[in-house]
Amino acid sequence: MGRLSGPLHDVAQDAGYEQPPPRMGFFTDTSVCIGCKACEVACKEWNEVPEDGYLLTGMSYDNTQALSASTWRHVAFVEKADGPALTDLGMPGVGLPGAATAGTVHEDQETASGDSAVRWLMSSDVCKHCTHAACLDVCPTGSLFRTEFGTVVVQPDICNGCGYCIPACPYGVIGKREDDGRAFKCTLCYDRLKEGQKPACAQACPTESIQFGELDVLRERADARLAELHAQGVEVAQLYGRDPEDGVGGDGAFFLLLDEPEVYGLPPDPVVTTRDLGSMWRHVGAAAAVLVGVGIASFAGKRG
Amino acid sequence: MDLQNADCILIEGSNMAEAHPVGFQWVMEAKKRGATVIHVDPRFTRTSAVADLHVPIRAGSDIAFLGGLVNHVLSNDLDFREYVVAYTNAANIITEDFADTEDLEGLFSGWDPETKRYDPVSWHYEPPARMSDDDVANIEDVQDGEPVSHEAAQSDTHGSGGSPLPWKGRRDETLQHPRCVFQILKRHFARYTPHMVEETCGIPASEFAKVADALVANSGRERTTAFCYAVGWTHHSTGAQMIRTSAILQTLLGNIGRPGGGILALRGHASIQGSTDIPTLFNILPGYIPMPLAPLHQSLDAWVEDDEGKAGFWGNIRSYSVSLLKAYWGDAATAENDFCFDYLPRLTGDHSTYATVKSMIDGGCKGYFIVGENPAVGSANGKMQRLGMANLDWLVVRDLQMIESATFWKDGPEIETGELVTEEIGTEVFFLPAATHVEKSGSFTQTQRMLQWRDKAVEPPGDCRSELQFYVDLGNRIREKLADSTDEMDAPVLELAWDYPVDETGEPDGESVLREVNGTGPDGAVSSYLDLKPDGSTACGCWIYAGVYADEVNQARRRKPHWEQDQVAAEWGWVWPANRRILYNRASAAPDGTPWSERKKYVWWDPEQGRWVGKDVPDFVPDRAPDHTPAPDAHGPDAIGGQDPFVMQTDGKAWLFAPLGVADGPLPAHYEPAESPVANPLYPVQSNPGRRSLKTPSNPINPSRSEVFPYVFTTYRLTEHHTAGGMSRTLPYLTELQPEPFCEVSPRLARERGLVHGEWATIISARTAIEARVLVTDRLRSLRLGDRFVEQVGLPYHWGGNGLSTGDSANDLVNVTMDPNVFIQDKVGTCDVQPGRRPRGPALVEYVAQYRRRAGVPEEGDL
Repeated sequence: MGRLSGPLHDVAQDAGYEQPPPRMGFFTDTSVCIGCKACEVACKEWNEVPEDGYLLTGMSYDNTQALSASTWRHVAFVEKADGPALTDLGMPGVGLPGAATAGTVHEDQETASGDSAVRWLMSSDVCKHCTHAACLDVCPTGSLFRTEFGTVVVQPDICNGCGYCIPACPYGVIGKREDDGRAFKCTLCYDRLKEGQKPACAQACPTESIQFGELDVLRERADARLAELHAQGVEVAQLYGRDPEDGVGGDGAFFLLLDEPEVYGLPPDPVVTTRDLGSMWRHVGAAAAVLVGVGIASFAGKRG
Repeated sequence: MDLQNADCILIEGSNMAEAHPVGFQWVMEAKKRGATVIHVDPRFTRTSAVADLHVPIRAGSDIAFLGGLVNHVLSNDLDFREYVVAYTNAANIITEDFADTEDLEGLFSGWDPETKRYDPVSWHYEPPARMSDDDVANIEDVQDGEPVSHEAAQSDTHGSGGSPLPWKGRRDETLQHPRCVFQILKRHFARYTPHMVEETCGIPASEFAKVADALVANSGRERTTAFCYAVGWTHHSTGAQMIRTSAILQTLLGNIGRPGGGILALRGHASIQGSTDIPTLFNILPGYIPMPLAPLHQSLDAWVEDDEGKAGFWGNIRSYSVSLLKAYWGDAATAENDFCFDYLPRLTGDHSTYATVKSMIDGGCKGYFIVGENPAVGSANGKMQRLGMANLDWLVVRDLQMIESATFWKDGPEIETGELVTEEIGTEVFFLPAATHVEKSGSFTQTQRMLQWRDKAVEPPGDCRSELQFYVDLGNRIREKLADSTDEMDAPVLELAWDYPVDETGEPDGESVLREVNGTGPDGAVSSYLDLKPDGSTACGCWIYAGVYADEVNQARRRKPHWEQDQVAAEWGWVWPANRRILYNRASAAPDGTPWSERKKYVWWDPEQGRWVGKDVPDFVPDRAPDHTPAPDAHGPDAIGGQDPFVMQTDGKAWLFAPLGVADGPLPAHYEPAESPVANPLYPVQSNPGRRSLKTPSNPINPSRSEVFPYVFTTYRLTEHHTAGGMSRTLPYLTELQPEPFCEVSPRLARERGLVHGEWATIISARTAIEARVLVTDRLRSLRLGDRFVEQVGLPYHWGGNGLSTGDSANDLVNVTMDPNVFIQDKVGTCDVQPGRRPRGPALVEYVAQYRRRAGVPEEGDL
């Protein structure tokens, strides 16, 4: 096993590949997402992911709700009845859109209309393919593995359904199919990548909100896009999962957001849950050594 | 694709991001390049979410808003004057007899209250001071009432070129003459002030100013603005005039015929444009050639006479028409028999879709084909559709799925209420499974008039067949049955040129049809419509498509990526006419032939070559110099002057004022939808005076300003579903994304009616009541009109009784009151909303009847 946290220059090499191809990933630019959900459909079609229920949730146009074993791309819809300024994050902005405002009164048209009165944020979420992937670290069967492209993939023919990976994921991405027992998540279309093709979601995206490519290139592009938006006065724009110094060593799939991560239902400061595994083992080792020492000492004492 | 060159894009009457997500990529591209994107719409939609500005508007008040913009441009001298003077009819002087809505309390001159039609004779240009012999003859024609019909629209006889105008008329290029179009426009729109816009549309003056400023700042020599619309404009009883208003505005701003300009009609699904070009419409033939009218057109000469020889490319109509007849009847069509002109059906009146449905109800129409359509869900007033279909002898439904229009007789809403009884329906229904678009080859024509060919990917399963195979085979079988007939009624069928090569599966070769559409002559496939002849030596299925098979090559199949080409990308697909990407592009150059600006350089005059050159195929006579003045007796294309870019118009000018061809007036005027909660703030005339009503008991109309029906409803699509749902409610991956019908309401309306987010609501009109889940959202605004609010209820219309996700059809609420030009109905109406589910069974009928009684609706409809 390679390193468990911190920046990592070559994640595939760290995993044991000799001369791997460049690390591939997604840059999802939510500022151009139009919420068409073509990514969700393309993903399910290509990967033969089953439908997971016909439920009108009342959560704006989001009837998918969350990433799960049977949802590998999820478009979040967040209705916000305020201006474009960053919000006070007393509460995550993911409540029922009507419920939040049904009690408030917008009788005056000057405040009830106009372009700044409501915002509708859309964002296509996906497995982050972390630099330090806890799901992979905890998998006892080797079903979860790091590919030569630096992505993280579950092999369903190996998965034994132990479910350790599910609480390990700091983003709540991976899930288990109840009728099947095994864990599933985005593969970043490993089969397509091996054929030199784009993942299905990126191929289907009509506005280039989902961009696929070499992670280094995507990071440069994202930085330029962020600068462009800031120059246009869109100060709320921020990158999420871009930073190799963050708690997961940077994401293989990262985002440009137009509000705080919590507003989209994303954890603000994710940390690889196995970050402390090394020190935990060291502590365990030390504790064990102490115990052994105490034991020896006690025997030694008897003898003495 | 040219949208990416726009500096500003105004989307109104369309939810482009949701209904046209693929085309919307070019809006996003333009935005990336710095364009301002404005969305004017009753709802805050996924389009609004990525627009720079969303302006909520009361549904159906678009003419008031656009008219306000026209007034803003005219009263502040913000028009592109050089363009307006040279390229439009602003300078034309209108006859003394013309009277405007300002003079006649909301009507134009020529109104006949008996027939409810306009006689457009008073809308004409004043004759030129010096007249040619042709002009004299034309004036006599008008005075005699022939051949220019005195029915204003002739919309059932004239296609895209508009009606032929007999003369160019007198012009005052100083634009000062009180009867010149420019001054008439100024007076006509003078009362369309920001205050009036606020009172009519619910748009605050501050928001109006933002739009006006953006449009003006992004028009002119250096910059261009594009407009996009869809059924949010076309589906109104004033729909054609909404589009006319945008055309006036775009013409005044000089945004037609230039890169990043124009008005884009976004089409509802693949090849709707194609089905207009090679029409499924009753009143036009391929290439917008008018259908012959029974009383007027008893010979080929009489049929083409209105257009033949007039200035512009319509002047060659005889060549296009004869070539079409040759494509239909081949060797049987000869000069001696008028090229089989007598085999063409003649129009006797309105045979549009709703008139046909009424005829079905009344027992006149006995058989019906439904192909690629689900009228029981997708057409207005679904009950009327179903009652009509239940009264046929036979009904053929060809579809991918068992849609509601094929099963209404056993499980439709009227079976539940007892209004129809299965055992009593005599209609014999034939369901034929159809091949999907990946199971057949063919072309799609999209919004930009681009034909794109697709190859068959897989064989259709089971008995599924392509439309092409179905119709060719149907023709074969009918011809076999008639083979021995000597009845002259059968000759048009028996003598058809009907020999299509088929492959081993029996599928006709689509490319052979495309070649027929392209046209052929003695040397094989023709290269352009200029090759077509009036003598029968050429055949052409659709003159505007001539060139799509040039050099015997399927040009629509070209797939050179745009990143391997210049900005115009002329080698991707093929665009009619003549692979020309922007129409009327002579207007992208100044009158002297030089580009308006380096930034918007597109097509220009090269004096050294003596030709028009540039990035696109010039839409002009290639060697017509900018200073050319045609001879007084010139005809057809020869009569186009060097500064007449609008080559399909007889005067070569863009018509700010339409002297002929529009049924409900030479200028747009705001009238309320047939059902409206407010009185028309602009005129004493409440609704479009020329609107066509459809009088049948299943089409009762809510009285306007009724307290019983106080709210506005508007219907629309969601990205996740396809129109009437046959292609999406049947698929799990799409159904799970939008699994139930819902209505969207503002928080204020929710409070007013006690509607609870996620619970049920019942929406009631005089036609019926439907139920849907409630989404309370700030995306629906309460619009303030003066001292009151208007509430709008949003209703996606995708659902019906069949499929994985079922529910009531929103279109069942919609009434049929039609635009007099195109016979299409209002998509908006009035309604009541109540919390909870609707009554079931016969109780529903009584529930709605009570509403009608309370509102005082006449039981026989809008009589």
